[in-house]
Amino acid sequence: MLILGIDTATAQVSCAVGGHEGVLASSHSIRARQHAETLTPAIAFTCQQARIELSEVSVVAVDLGPGLFTGLRVGVASAKAMAHALRVPMIGVSSLDLLAFAVRFTPRLIGAVVDARRGEVYHAFYRQVPGGIQRVSEPAVGPPDDVASEVLAGGEDCLLVGDGALRYREVFDGLHQVEVADAELAYPSASSLVMLAHARALREQWVKPWEIEPLYLRKPDAEIGWITREQA
Amino acid sequence: MKILGIETSCDETAAAVVSDAREVLSSVVSSQVDLHARYGGVVPEVASRAHVELLTPVVAQALVEAGIEDGHVDAVGATVGPGLIGALLVGVSAAKALALVWDVPFVAVNHLEAHLYAAFLEEPDLEMPLVVLMVSGGHTLLVLMEGHGRYRLLGSTLDDAAGEAFDKVARFLGLGYPGGPAIDTEAMAGDPTAIAFPRAMLDDGYDFSFSGLKTSVVNHVRKNPHVSTADVSASFQQAVVDVLVTKARRAARQHGAKGLVLAGGVAANSQLRETMLDACMADGIHPLLPSRSMCTDNAAMVAAAAWWRLAQDGPSPLDTGAQANLRLPVI
Ligand SMILES: [Zn+2]
Repeated sequence: MLILGIDTATAQVSCAVGGHEGVLASSHSIRARQHAETLTPAIAFTCQQARIELSEVSVVAVDLGPGLFTGLRVGVASAKAMAHALRVPMIGVSSLDLLAFAVRFTPRLIGAVVDARRGEVYHAFYRQVPGGIQRVSEPAVGPPDDVASEVLAGGEDCLLVGDGALRYREVFDGLHQVEVADAELAYPSASSLVMLAHARALREQWVKPWEIEPLYLRKPDAEIGWITREQA
Repeated sequence: MKILGIETSCDETAAAVVSDAREVLSSVVSSQVDLHARYGGVVPEVASRAHVELLTPVVAQALVEAGIEDGHVDAVGATVGPGLIGALLVGVSAAKALALVWDVPFVAVNHLEAHLYAAFLEEPDLEMPLVVLMVSGGHTLLVLMEGHGRYRLLGSTLDDAAGEAFDKVARFLGLGYPGGPAIDTEAMAGDPTAIAFPRAMLDDGYDFSFSGLKTSVVNHVRKNPHVSTADVSASFQQAVVDVLVTKARRAARQHGAKGLVLAGGVAANSQLRETMLDACMADGIHPLLPSRSMCTDNAAMVAAAAWWRLAQDGPSPLDTGAQANLRLPVI
């Protein structure tokens, strides 16, 4: 079983292919705002490096976000189109899950924190379990102070990972039980995506391409404006 | 050669399969009008989200209706601009992904050029040169088409696009959104000669200006609060149509055009179609009024334009992105 993983939910564009033997090839680049230009050639290149044909792919996995709306949609639209054309199922994984999965070997509480712009972050907490991680809070969006207060309230050692944690470092640096993971772990990786998706694919936990929906966690501004007006 | 066209530049999610830019094998358009109506206009983020949701089923339906079994089309064309950047990127990304999987060429299509090619779907052997009047919510252009891919821009709007003027006046009159069809319907019951609204720049070159007309409508209604909305709609519409047709007609005469083509969403307006037809008859020019469904945004015109572009320039690279402000490639 071969899995193609696509992730464009943050400033990074990445893709990977792999299966039973692990990740065969991957590519990642950080070129904000150029997701659509970068992604398609990157997929072609990655398959070439792994010496596989796209027609051998049996599942398309995609990072569902939360993240930057426009970039996120480039990956989701591409992945859906590929799965549709290949007639294969899809597996969607949240960007927060991917960030936490990359640091799954720590016994500490894990906080995945993605930059949401406008002074906010998307976040969720995780805990190590045999073979991976388990999410222990609902994904949410809010100011970085929310993350800090949750860590303080929990009172245990915590590892924060993601570009949101790095961007608002000053909020977390003062808390003595918190460590912020390095920049190299700041973005979700398509390699993690392939590995997580492979485990789910073995249990046939997949969906049809038209069932895949991005995880926005934020309504469009106009809708927020409309709801406010309706209630006023 | 069968080309799959994809269009997501604004608020229509569309896919179509067209054979040799002549035969429309399928054309599926999923309109988001209802989603945007409550905001009184297209909301980019709402449009982009809807495109992601709708595109896969729309493409699937277009392929099935065209009787394409294993997804085997010969090329995939998509609108890369002009339009809403986030919306465009959904279609461009999906189109490139399909082209990569099927190992067929990807063709980047200019939305404005696609509107020009809507006419060729109904009459592939149109004689050139042609004068094309392209009127929509985003554009008002008068174009001289000398040959395939050879365009001269004769004039454009200096302020509001024609469709924008319809939307603004409809909103002011409380007729709802979208404004074009709303005013068209309301005007049926009105007298187009009831109010003499100004015809801006009528004798002045080929550029257009509609913002003054909109202001006159507002002023007239404020001064005459009991005026019939139907009369205002009909008179406003006639003023827009007079300017559009007068200029298109003059351009056709000056450049010895063999035909006069209507394109864009506003080309679905009944009064514009009727007046244009009369003008062409009077001047002995061939009129080309594509069916309403080909005038508004659709993907068949994208597939047709892709066929011509592919023949002329070959495939587009897979690192193609979207360009919100893309212009018509003029000579
Ligand atoms: Zn259009």
